[in-house]
Amino acid sequence: MAAVGNNVPRKDGIGKATGKARYADDLAFPGMLYGRTVRSTIAKGRVRSVKVEGDTTGLTIADHRDIPGRNVCDLIEQDQPFLVEKDVRHAAEPILLLAHESRERLNAVTVAIDYEEQKPLYDPEQSDGIFKHIDIVKGNVDRGFAEADHIIEGTYRTGHQEHVYIEPNGVIAVPENGGVAVYGSVQCPFYVIKALKSLLGANIPVRVIQTETGGGFGGKEEYPSMIAGHATILALKSGRPVKIIYDRVEDMVATTKRHPSIVRHRTGVMRDGRLVAMDVDVLLDGGAYVTLSPVVLSRGCIHAAGPYRCENVRIRGRAVATNTPPNGAFRGFGAPQTQFAVEVHMERIAEELGLDPVTVREMNALRPGDATATGQIMRDDCSALMVLDEAVRRTDFRRKREEYRGTNRAIGLSLFYHGAGFTGSGERHLNSKARLDLTERGVRIAVGSTEIGQGTRTMHAQIVADALGIPYDDVEVAQPDTSVVADSGPTVASRTCMVVGKILQECAVEMKQKLNGLAPAEYFARHGEFSVLQKYEPPDWIQWDDHTYRGDAYASYGWGCDVAEVELDRDTFEVKPIQLTAVQEFGRPIHPALARGQIEGGTAQGLGYALLERVVMRDGVMANAQLTNYVIPTTLDTPDLDVVMLENPYPGGPFGAKGLGELPMDGPAPAVVNALRHAGLDVREVPATPEILATCASR
Amino acid sequence: MRFTLNGRPTEVHAHPMSRLLDVLREECALTGTKEGCGEGECGACTVLVNGDPVCSCIVPVSQVDGADVVTIEGLGDDHALQHLFMNEVGAQCGICTPGMIMAAMVLQPNPSLDDVKVALAGNLCRCTGYSAIYRAIMKAKQA
Repeated sequence: MAAVGNNVPRKDGIGKATGKARYADDLAFPGMLYGRTVRSTIAKGRVRSVKVEGDTTGLTIADHRDIPGRNVCDLIEQDQPFLVEKDVRHAAEPILLLAHESRERLNAVTVAIDYEEQKPLYDPEQSDGIFKHIDIVKGNVDRGFAEADHIIEGTYRTGHQEHVYIEPNGVIAVPENGGVAVYGSVQCPFYVIKALKSLLGANIPVRVIQTETGGGFGGKEEYPSMIAGHATILALKSGRPVKIIYDRVEDMVATTKRHPSIVRHRTGVMRDGRLVAMDVDVLLDGGAYVTLSPVVLSRGCIHAAGPYRCENVRIRGRAVATNTPPNGAFRGFGAPQTQFAVEVHMERIAEELGLDPVTVREMNALRPGDATATGQIMRDDCSALMVLDEAVRRTDFRRKREEYRGTNRAIGLSLFYHGAGFTGSGERHLNSKARLDLTERGVRIAVGSTEIGQGTRTMHAQIVADALGIPYDDVEVAQPDTSVVADSGPTVASRTCMVVGKILQECAVEMKQKLNGLAPAEYFARHGEFSVLQKYEPPDWIQWDDHTYRGDAYASYGWGCDVAEVELDRDTFEVKPIQLTAVQEFGRPIHPALARGQIEGGTAQGLGYALLERVVMRDGVMANAQLTNYVIPTTLDTPDLDVVMLENPYPGGPFGAKGLGELPMDGPAPAVVNALRHAGLDVREVPATPEILATCASR
Repeated sequence: MRFTLNGRPTEVHAHPMSRLLDVLREECALTGTKEGCGEGECGACTVLVNGDPVCSCIVPVSQVDGADVVTIEGLGDDHALQHLFMNEVGAQCGICTPGMIMAAMVLQPNPSLDDVKVALAGNLCRCTGYSAIYRAIMKAKQA
């Protein structure tokens, strides 16, 4: 039986269901200490003095002077220190590290820090610290505006969002062979290696082993490098293994979040609804350090005009500095923010022209042969109309739209797309590799791509099994250990199936040739083991210019149309989602149940973003850093999710698959807000909490 | 303190105010019970105490003196809920799974979807949107 297309058992399923799977906090090493991070309590200023008070017996204390290499957590830029030397740029910034074998003793230690405070800046609109600036130009917007019958403007806002992986961040650094091994809950083990090499210098051996990881959603893309650095500093100073596990409060206060955004649209339209000019301004609050803001902004800007064709487009984006903890990767990576804006704006265009929301989208949706804002010509795997038509038909959208008018029921939709893989020439620069090892029984996949719940192990094993023509059970997957596996690039950007899966497929094809008709076990018995290593080759038609932002931004896009039905209490402004229909096209599902799980889970996260998840910032730090008052959807908040998976294979993906992980995050917020607009509320921001809706109602 | 743990008489020497969660994970070496929030909101640490699901992160161990405590390890590794959480992909990242399964243990046969939602209302999952969890439990609880 073919593995691809079937719901084979998850490789990690039974371990997780029995409690046997081992996460970072489940591991202990002989002589292990617990580590603690002492953080700034001001948002901006200079450290005058640091004093550890009380009983320091058995306490390991480390500061920036204990760093043997460079005090920078190396990512895109080298601006963020592992530990503050003098200048504090945000609240909860790490200053001092402590370790002790007793958690109670460790937590009882007090540290007095004296600061020279400076005036912090929290408002991104007032910031002149620009991390990244992007300009995308297509046609001539001034000419487009001159032609237009109407010009429609609007400003749209989105707040921070916290990942709330249920397993908080955690790592253990273990001294070994004059260097260190770091075990941890991480999405990108090779990112950690890069940061540790900067921390330690090139001559100290390091390896990173991913432990079972309790969710990531981007939140364990870059920040684990920081925690790994801290545990490493303490482990090298004490000579003992050091475990640092954040509690929920520390995780929420100190680690990255989704970038808040302010997006301004000015759009020229013809009377019939045709878009003739789109001028978009995107502002992202990057927080205090660069982290991944430039690439978040890039993806956000590329998706800012939505899945629409328009001859004249100008998109200008800025990611700016504020004195708040750095924002970073989060499922969708800038696209949920900008597609929220464009989809609510499209709704307002339809309202102003007296058109129904389906018509205005149908008219402007990208079709094969059309060009996006970056000038990318859509290929046959462009499915905007397919998902829109199916969602409208399945939900009986137009009839309900009429029927609910004037009631407390409302219905709204969003149309969206999401590019898979690194942007533009990113995959070429990454130069990812994958390896297959022949084993006594079958084969072993050896890649750095991590299983964080999305099904990496299972889906990769399916691809390899079918490409080799061997049973799924004969494919094992190595635990990512950077000293053992090939660097297949980070587990981000909806690339793990489409890109890494493709390299694995090619490894399997090469291995099959070498096996020359023999079964793996038979070949192994006769000739012994061998391995196959392949590199990713992006499709040869991809052309991208990093300077002009013109060209093929992504090899392929997934497409979605979400329809939200909600019930509004007009006295309390409580919104109850009744049903969300998610119609999504992502090539071909390798494992339909896993794919459905990505859509259901991403949609629920999007619903939280739409209605519930409000990060309250006070004095530059999250004030509601607890699950008691930062509310994510529970079973009772999550409506029925009706998922439809449509197929339109991408020839460059394994068995036609595209990327999927992020796509479902883009649609729910605008669909819900457009439903609230249908109920008569002029909503232009998320989270659309009752307080916000009360303000909209009085507008 | 003495209590029954997964059917076996157990004696622990932790401080009476230690969190049951820490005693289970550290002194009893049963790491299947997970910590997600430490304040009884997420339910990842759910265990059964005298048959009722409780958040072991907010229960002092002294409170289970003489009680009957069951953790995910007490189900062995061949329980219908465990197989169905795997087959229906009710477990993605898996960190909420032991708590979800323990919370589902108290459901009567043939529950309605609303029964399941109410039983799990104190257990957060960030991966699945809960749908696959409902599918797993409804199948497991079919009489």
